[in-house]
Amino acid sequence: MQIQETPALKAEARNLNFFYGENKALKNINMPIYDKKVTALIGPSGCGKSTYLRSFNRMHDLYPGNRYEGEIRFFPDNTNLLSADVDPIEVRMRIGMVFQKPNPFPKSIFENVAYGLRVRGENNRRVLDDKVEHALKGAAIWDEVKDRLSELASNLSGGQQQRLCIARALATDPELLLFDEPTSALDPIATGAIEELVHELKKRVTILIVTHNMQQAARVSDYTAYMFLGEMIEFGKTDEIFIKPQDKRTEDYITGRMG
Amino acid sequence: MNESVHLSSQFDEDLSRLRTHVLQMGGLVETQVSAAIDAYATGEIASVKSIVETDRRVNELEKAIDDDCAHIIAKRQPTASDLRLVLGISKIVTDLERAGDEAKKIAKGVRRIYEGGHMPSQYGVGIRHLAEAALSMIRQALDAFARLDTELAKSVIRADTDVDTEFKSIIRQLITHMMEDPRTITTSIDIITIARAIERIGDHAKNVSEQVIYVVDGRDIRHMGKEAAQ
Ligand SMILES: Nc1ncnc2c1ncn2[C@@H]1O[C@H](COP(=O)(O)OP(=O)(O)OP(=O)(O)O)[C@@H](O)[C@H]1O
Ligand SMILES: [Mg+2]
Repeated sequence: MQIQETPALKAEARNLNFFYGENKALKNINMPIYDKKVTALIGPSGCGKSTYLRSFNRMHDLYPGNRYEGEIRFFPDNTNLLSADVDPIEVRMRIGMVFQKPNPFPKSIFENVAYGLRVRGENNRRVLDDKVEHALKGAAIWDEVKDRLSELASNLSGGQQQRLCIARALATDPELLLFDEPTSALDPIATGAIEELVHELKKRVTILIVTHNMQQAARVSDYTAYMFLGEMIEFGKTDEIFIKPQDKRTEDYITGRMG
Repeated sequence: MNESVHLSSQFDEDLSRLRTHVLQMGGLVETQVSAAIDAYATGEIASVKSIVETDRRVNELEKAIDDDCAHIIAKRQPTASDLRLVLGISKIVTDLERAGDEAKKIAKGVRRIYEGGHMPSQYGVGIRHLAEAALSMIRQALDAFARLDTELAKSVIRADTDVDTEFKSIIRQLITHMMEDPRTITTSIDIITIARAIERIGDHAKNVSEQVIYVVDGRDIRHMGKEAAQ
């Protein structure tokens, strides 16, 4: 199957370098992120996938000594996310993140989802009720929690907690969702539910997902990028990467060969 | 093709066994085709029986290879060159099995002709030549698979055009022959059956070669005409 025309850009890394102090973890990355598509990031442990993902929502700003070079352009406004005059808090409203291990706050289910909205200054109860419900529905967990919204989020199962975290990320209506190995702590059923959700979500939001599971990358993504030692080795349509990759290093990795 | 070994040596063994089985099956089919041609030339009807028996082994190998492909897909979820190899093989064995069936048809046609007390050589001139060309296509297609040699695969695809042309000219001759002398009709029809079977063997060799190109390059050149094999 062919994806006909090139979709619009949602973001684009341009000559992106990243340093943890002296350690250069990202090396001159150039990569498009297409609008309302799912892009999978694959590569061996330590190659820089999480580092790359965290650059988008300026997570690295939290630690001194970290340094970016280059740009991440965000569209349609063509903002450089890495620019010093861009407010990281504002960026995180537009770009949500979901981690490997579900990390609900020690609060109620409702408050977990309402959190980002409250940070934004939203305190109107009706607005909050409405947005929380909408986000929980979007994360396909509403039916399971609607009668227990005031319970502690930690009472939920792992798979439910992960969907709750997705709801929390969705509550602020982000344009881009970053997933860092979102199913590696989940069983196959819960994993299937998240993959199904990713498929639903891409109708309205762009998704960048890190996964160690090749089959998951092949199933959920439209585009795949292979990273190795801080470099972007190959980027292409998922169908092409998994059937005929261009670079031998990509081929070796996805077929489980030693390089 | 990727020469590096898998992290799982079991996977390497599975794939290499699969390839060996395909080559074994190919060897049997090659023997069938070559025996059928010899039977035609010499009238040795005894070999007809062995061709039919070989067919049973070919069929068994086809099923075993298909089964192995299914297991590899289920257990390993192959990607990239591994995926193309498994997909290619599952198509290749279908063509090999059918080429074997065509050899069987030739053998049975030969038996009918000789049992009817006719000599085929006085009819269908060129059958033998056609058959040699098809046999050589099958051999080269199998070599191309064994060595993953796309150049050889392409030359097989080009050769198929010659076999097709030769086949048509033989049919024209036979039709003329039947019109001139209606007593030859029965034998001529048998020879047409044989010629058609040979031509099909060439087609199957071409299909195998197309799969070799897919396995190596990831290009699907089926139904693209002979320019694709340039
Ligand atoms: N806080 C940090 N300080 C210094 N170096 C770091 C830090 N975090 C990561 N690194 C280094 O940066 C490189 C990339 O790490 P990163 O976590 O991005 O890899 P990854 O591809 O996400 O790996 P994994 O698949 O194991 O999650 C590694 O060499 C790592 O050791
Ligand atoms: Mg990581």
